[in-house]
Amino acid sequence: MTFGQGLLVAVLAVPALGAVAVAATPRDRAARLVGTVAAALTLLAAVPLVFGGRGWVAWSADAPAVRPWHQLDLPWVPGLELRFHLGVDGISWPLVVLTALLTLLCCAYTMWRVPGGGSGRALVALLLVVEVGILGTFLALDLVLFFLFFEVVLLPMYAIIAGWGGADRRRAARKFALYTLFGSVLLLVGVYVVVAAAGTADLVTLTGGAGMSRGTQLAAFTLLALAFAVKSPLWPLHSWLPDAHTQAPTVGSVVLAGVLLKMGTYGLIRVAVGVAPEGARWAAPVLGVLAVAAILIGSLVCLAQSDVKRLIAYSSVGHMGFVLLGVATLTATGIQAALIGNVAHGVITGLLFFLAGAVKDRTGTGTLAELSGLRETAPRLAGLLAFAAIASLGLPGLAGFWGEAFAVIAAVQVGGPLWTTLGVLAAVGGALTAAYFLRLLRQVTHNRPSPAVGRVGPGLAGAELTAWVPLVLLALAIGLAPTLVLGVAEAPVDALIGVVSR
Amino acid sequence: MTGLLGALLPAVPLVAGLLGLLLPPASRRHGATGGDRARATAVTLGVTGAAGALAVAVALLLTVDGPTETSSTWVDVGGLVVTLGVRLDGAAALVAVAVTAVALAVQVYSIGYLRRGPHDDVDVDHRYPPYAAQISLFTGAMLLVVVAGDLIMLLVGWEVMGLCSYLLIAHDRRLAGAPAAAMKAFLVTRVGDVGFLLGIALLGVSTGSFRIADVLAHDHSHATLTAAGLLLLAGVAGKSAQFPLHTWLPDAMAGPTPISALIHAATMVAAGVYAVARLYPLFTAAPVTLTVLGVLGAITLLLGALAATAQDDIKRVLAWSTVSQLGYMTGALAVGSPSAALFHLLTHAAFKALLFLAAGVVIHAVGTTLMSEMGGLRRSMPVTFWCTVVGLGALAGVPPLAGFWSKDGVLTVAESAALEGTGPAPSWVGWLVWIAGLVGVAITAWYAGRLLLRAFFGAPRLPLVRPHDPPAVLRWPVLLLAVPAALLGLAGFIRAFADRLRFPTVPVAGSEDGLVHLGSGVLLPLAFLLLGAGLVLLGWRRDRAADPAVALGPLRPVFARAFWLDDVQHTLVVRPVRALARAARTGDEVVVDGAVEGSGRAASGLGAGLAALHRAALPRAAAGVLAGALLIGLAAALVGVNR
Repeated sequence: MTFGQGLLVAVLAVPALGAVAVAATPRDRAARLVGTVAAALTLLAAVPLVFGGRGWVAWSADAPAVRPWHQLDLPWVPGLELRFHLGVDGISWPLVVLTALLTLLCCAYTMWRVPGGGSGRALVALLLVVEVGILGTFLALDLVLFFLFFEVVLLPMYAIIAGWGGADRRRAARKFALYTLFGSVLLLVGVYVVVAAAGTADLVTLTGGAGMSRGTQLAAFTLLALAFAVKSPLWPLHSWLPDAHTQAPTVGSVVLAGVLLKMGTYGLIRVAVGVAPEGARWAAPVLGVLAVAAILIGSLVCLAQSDVKRLIAYSSVGHMGFVLLGVATLTATGIQAALIGNVAHGVITGLLFFLAGAVKDRTGTGTLAELSGLRETAPRLAGLLAFAAIASLGLPGLAGFWGEAFAVIAAVQVGGPLWTTLGVLAAVGGALTAAYFLRLLRQVTHNRPSPAVGRVGPGLAGAELTAWVPLVLLALAIGLAPTLVLGVAEAPVDALIGVVSR
Repeated sequence: MTGLLGALLPAVPLVAGLLGLLLPPASRRHGATGGDRARATAVTLGVTGAAGALAVAVALLLTVDGPTETSSTWVDVGGLVVTLGVRLDGAAALVAVAVTAVALAVQVYSIGYLRRGPHDDVDVDHRYPPYAAQISLFTGAMLLVVVAGDLIMLLVGWEVMGLCSYLLIAHDRRLAGAPAAAMKAFLVTRVGDVGFLLGIALLGVSTGSFRIADVLAHDHSHATLTAAGLLLLAGVAGKSAQFPLHTWLPDAMAGPTPISALIHAATMVAAGVYAVARLYPLFTAAPVTLTVLGVLGAITLLLGALAATAQDDIKRVLAWSTVSQLGYMTGALAVGSPSAALFHLLTHAAFKALLFLAAGVVIHAVGTTLMSEMGGLRRSMPVTFWCTVVGLGALAGVPPLAGFWSKDGVLTVAESAALEGTGPAPSWVGWLVWIAGLVGVAITAWYAGRLLLRAFFGAPRLPLVRPHDPPAVLRWPVLLLAVPAALLGLAGFIRAFADRLRFPTVPVAGSEDGLVHLGSGVLLPLAFLLLGAGLVLLGWRRDRAADPAVALGPLRPVFARAFWLDDVQHTLVVRPVRALARAARTGDEVVVDGAVEGSGRAASGLGAGLAALHRAALPRAAAGVLAGALLIGLAAALVGVNR
């Protein structure tokens, strides 16, 4: 086993063992500490995956389109030809690191504050289980394995919302679980269609279509895309998201928005587009239209929204619309935009949910009408909120810009009346995004403090700063040096586009 | 070396700004000493940043000869290359000097202007550190636009400026309207930026790179050029406050007065004009765009001038005058002379910064922005009075002050475009700009005279206030700005200066023979100037206590509300979008989510129904079982028979 393979195993094993250790530690605070250490070790294992392994397959016409830097391929259920096949490349690595980072920050945040409803120990253990599922999804190179990890996430997330959430948590959790389960059924059928038609579940072999007939590809893409559209979420399959976000505890929202949604977009790029490129080309216009509808409708709903967390949840619908528009263009520029948009949305929306949670914890309300004047009583919190909102509205120079601007540019690049119109409408959506975030800031931070805000102190806890500062710095760093994400993704995206446009 | 200076130019204030943001915002909970220390650090950072940038800009101006370009790849997004580099020429260096000089003046002036006065309630907290840091960021962003060698880099500076204007306009928390004005400034410019981004996208996709040099060198199709040019103009209209996206600028007066000086003189509004000059070959290649620009410029010019005549708020007069002067600049661009446009941009930066800072002194002294409450300040504030005279004279175009030469430059080019058809756009655009410009001269003289008479002459209308000239920290920036406001126009006679504003790529009339023109053509604008000034003086002579604006008669409320364009914008854009948003929310909750919830309810309802069916008493249950058995038996028999 090489060093890289060891890391791959460690990335999954450390949080899994960590979850067990947390559950086994009797004292609550000690257990949370164990969990935080496990999450930190996971991040330490995830970062060095970027080193080595690149260029071991020289480019040639028949080289596979997925060329992992490191991979581990073991037989698992030989009778069913299932393999335990993990690998990491430039498309998955940024998401792996993002997942590990956000989980670590959430665990660290839980050291300081446990939301009411259950023990901190159980919450941390569940967070680690969710992490295993998400990381496994990003690393799996076997379709069945991918499906398994995809499903692992569901129940612990349900438990987090139902256990530590707000007043209406059970209904929201049930809706989340049932709705995404509906997506999972489609995914299962899609996986079955692909495996049955191609005779293999290996994603490396499957990428490019593996000789599946056009009809099969159309069916497979439709099923897979629908499944991932529920997860992403793509309008009009998004309505589980606002409820789940509004009711979930802060750390739940952060993980949900930060990385859980990315399983959908990642799956769309790696599995749906990769495995059924012909289906992708066929469905691209529909996907593009729905993505732009998500941008516009998401932004408009935000403009009329009256609750902070719901507003941010709907903003996710709009932002993921930009990501999906990028994917739908099926160009290298578009996919690159989708990848960086994914990461940027994880960082920025994670930060936004942390801050919205902090505001809600301090004031006891999330209703916009009851919040105003935050910059008078808590200038630092207001400043951070302004930073996050501005990053989220896509200010050039911060992380959010690249994904949105280049999704628009990619649509213009495709050309033709349809895609040009989509590009224009998406750009208009950018202006609407600015409108609702400015409305949010104007309501929450400006004017005289409302009674709820008046009792807020200016101080920030150390744990809060620990959780937020890395995200602030990342939003700045990715904005100034987008190569951090795009540099590693260049080769795999080109390879993917190579097989899609073949 | 030059390239390094170019990179340093935006970096110095940007770093100062980012460092400044880390300072604790002086909160009233801090002890006085802690707050004072943070304020002192912020002052040092802000002034050092601006002074450092000014030094770099001057060094650049002295060293740059001929276009210099540096470039390295920033990021490659699927084959579209975004570069990081500077593109420097004489014009860039001159604009950079103007930006940094005004920024330095504003930084110094703000120290005195934002000090807590004896009349302010204790609750007022000026929060100096973030304010000074935001000015630094603003300056840095504008300098980024000035030196940017890549369209995406330019866009970064362009939008960061929009953000800084938003933050700074909302700074004063005593004004209830400030947050709304700030939001409007950001949003209106952002709407324009939708076009700007799309224009950049078109050009970048057509070229395969966003580097300005590559974009200019590439052979675009005519359709691309026209579309991209028009889209870029949307962004330009937003930033440079051109009709119909000018509405944010007068409202932006809610910001502290030094901020108005910064926005109106050196940054933000200058960016749009500068960007067009920067990309000028693209626009000349698609003359339709310049035609549109000329029409918009002429409308803006007259609209701003007319609106300025009826304002009572001294800052709003100046704000509308900015709108009008920007019309001269875009008009100059439309008739083919970026040199004349940039020359007017530079002189305007000097005299408008001077006017705003002087107005700030007046406001500081009398505690109101309304001219109807001023009057007679000439005796009590002589320094301010003479500085304002210089500024207003330059604005109206009184020879030999700066504005006279640059405005004359614009009018000469427009005249030759009208009479000889030398402009890139059709000659009627020349006529339009020329006539609008001439009429504008008269109106400008009228409202400049009105401002002077209302504020500084006549009897004091607030007898309780004892106004006096400002302390040194406010006085010196004003005095120093009066020098270029008076003399910068004469720089047009200096060969080195004129050469730096020359655009080698632009084959236009008017620019061959230098920036300034002395000849019989000078007489016509002078006649219009005397007409405007004479009219206002006449009206004032008749009744010294009355506002000369009463002469406007029924037009006065029309001009005061700027032709109700704000209301039009509100009715045509804001209200429909809000209604649409409410409809979208309702639709989303009732239709989309309703379908989901409905299917959930339907499923559980169906389940409950089936469960109810299964709950039966023994006879019916037994009958059901038997019936089922019968059915299965029947089926088996039938299948068996058929086989």
